[in-house]
Amino acid sequence: MLFDFAGVLVFLIFGCLFVGINLLLSRLIQTRNPHPGKLSTYECGEIPIGTGWIQFNIRFYVIALVFLIFDVEVVFLFPWAVVFKELGTFAFVEMMIFVFMLLVGLAYVWAKGDLEWDKPREVPAPELASVVDQPKLTEEMAS
Amino acid sequence: MRELVSSVTSSQSFLSNLPEFVIALIFIAIAAVILTTVAAVLALIGVYLERKVSAHMQDRLGPMYVGGWHGWAQTLADAVKLLIKEDIVPRAADKKLHLLAPFLVFAATLAAFAVLPFGRQLIVSDLNVGVLYVIAISSLVVVGIILAGWASNNKWSLLGAMRSAAQIVSFEIPASLAVLVVIMAVGSMNLGEIVLYQEGGIHKWLVWKFFPFNLIAFLIFFVASLAEVNRAPFDIPEAESEIIAGFHTEYSGMKFAMFFLAEYANMFLVGAVGATLFLGGWSSPFGDFMNSGPFQVFWLFAKAFALIFVQMWLRWTLPRVRVDQLMYTSWKVLTPFAFLAMVGVGIYMII
Repeated sequence: MLFDFAGVLVFLIFGCLFVGINLLLSRLIQTRNPHPGKLSTYECGEIPIGTGWIQFNIRFYVIALVFLIFDVEVVFLFPWAVVFKELGTFAFVEMMIFVFMLLVGLAYVWAKGDLEWDKPREVPAPELASVVDQPKLTEEMAS
Repeated sequence: MRELVSSVTSSQSFLSNLPEFVIALIFIAIAAVILTTVAAVLALIGVYLERKVSAHMQDRLGPMYVGGWHGWAQTLADAVKLLIKEDIVPRAADKKLHLLAPFLVFAATLAAFAVLPFGRQLIVSDLNVGVLYVIAISSLVVVGIILAGWASNNKWSLLGAMRSAAQIVSFEIPASLAVLVVIMAVGSMNLGEIVLYQEGGIHKWLVWKFFPFNLIAFLIFFVASLAEVNRAPFDIPEAESEIIAGFHTEYSGMKFAMFFLAEYANMFLVGAVGATLFLGGWSSPFGDFMNSGPFQVFWLFAKAFALIFVQMWLRWTLPRVRVDQLMYTSWKVLTPFAFLAMVGVGIYMII
């Protein structure tokens, strides 16, 4: 068994070697024409504003959690599927109960709207009012 | 592999003096060199085919000049061009991670080739958890992509990396569930045994078993694998018209070439895995006819390239989906249907 995984290790090493040799070769024969402008971060030709390492809304946080649960479930399902032929009805019923519970979870997340990329969010009432009132205020100020 | 090693050591007396694992390691190393070359050549062929297929689908001719006959040397010329291009690393980037990302992406892709059965005995490491291993190692590619996006310190790259992460958390579930159907039917996770089960002609392929559930599973696997290798219509991590090139915006020269190479090698890998799981792998579609020796390699490549052709066909037919549509496809269409297929096969097998 471990012997078989040696092949995997050798392949990983050879993959790294292949990339390494190619990058080295490229380094030896590539043209070099340095210019400070080349080293700036690309932002459609503009001078980049701030850094790229910013806080941002990751959006799929809940989906990632759901994924984690389902992935663990799939890992449980793999050994079950291997011996399924021998165990028959009993294993099937057992696993269906397990899968059913997870599907209820999926249905819950679905109904809650957490699977949407753009989650419908209730806008608090006062904020909405101030947005609506804004043009009125400017009109009054103008008059 | 093991039978091959023992047969060679028994025939060559000078080899039998060495311990078995040394000989095996030499064999694996030779296989690794061959398969690295094969992966690189396959990627070059893939790029050329992509250009030709896309051109002919749009009523163009594609590359016609370099090398003479239908521009066959175009991708070689591209490779040389990328080799002598200046390697630019942005000042703001995290240089170590920036360098590490192409290594991770390519090595993970290549490592998955280790368990592909190219023939009855042509399999480098015949893992008994082959299917699980392929799923696990091919999601390592995404780690490389996220690393590339983050290390570039570029907003476009970061967006691309984030989309890639969203994609993998969505499409891994339906892909694994679809594969499960095959494992249930065969009762093994060993890719070699899965092919042996399907040997004996086109009617024994697992796509047709438990009709229509396995067919549904195959379609789900195909769609999900498109997303996992970032192919159109799911190529939003590198959507060139909205986020420039996503995670490889800041890569140039050979590092970019490595991403490119890995992408095309991955396309072949996905095609070959799909062929192995559902379309009989190396076994001939005509029973015993042409089912020996080099023909086995031929059949696997033929089936894989047929699937690659469908991938290209889809790319030049369908428009790119939005991120929310992608999530919709995965969680609200593919996942429920994958569960349906699994339950269906279970009931089928019990009755």
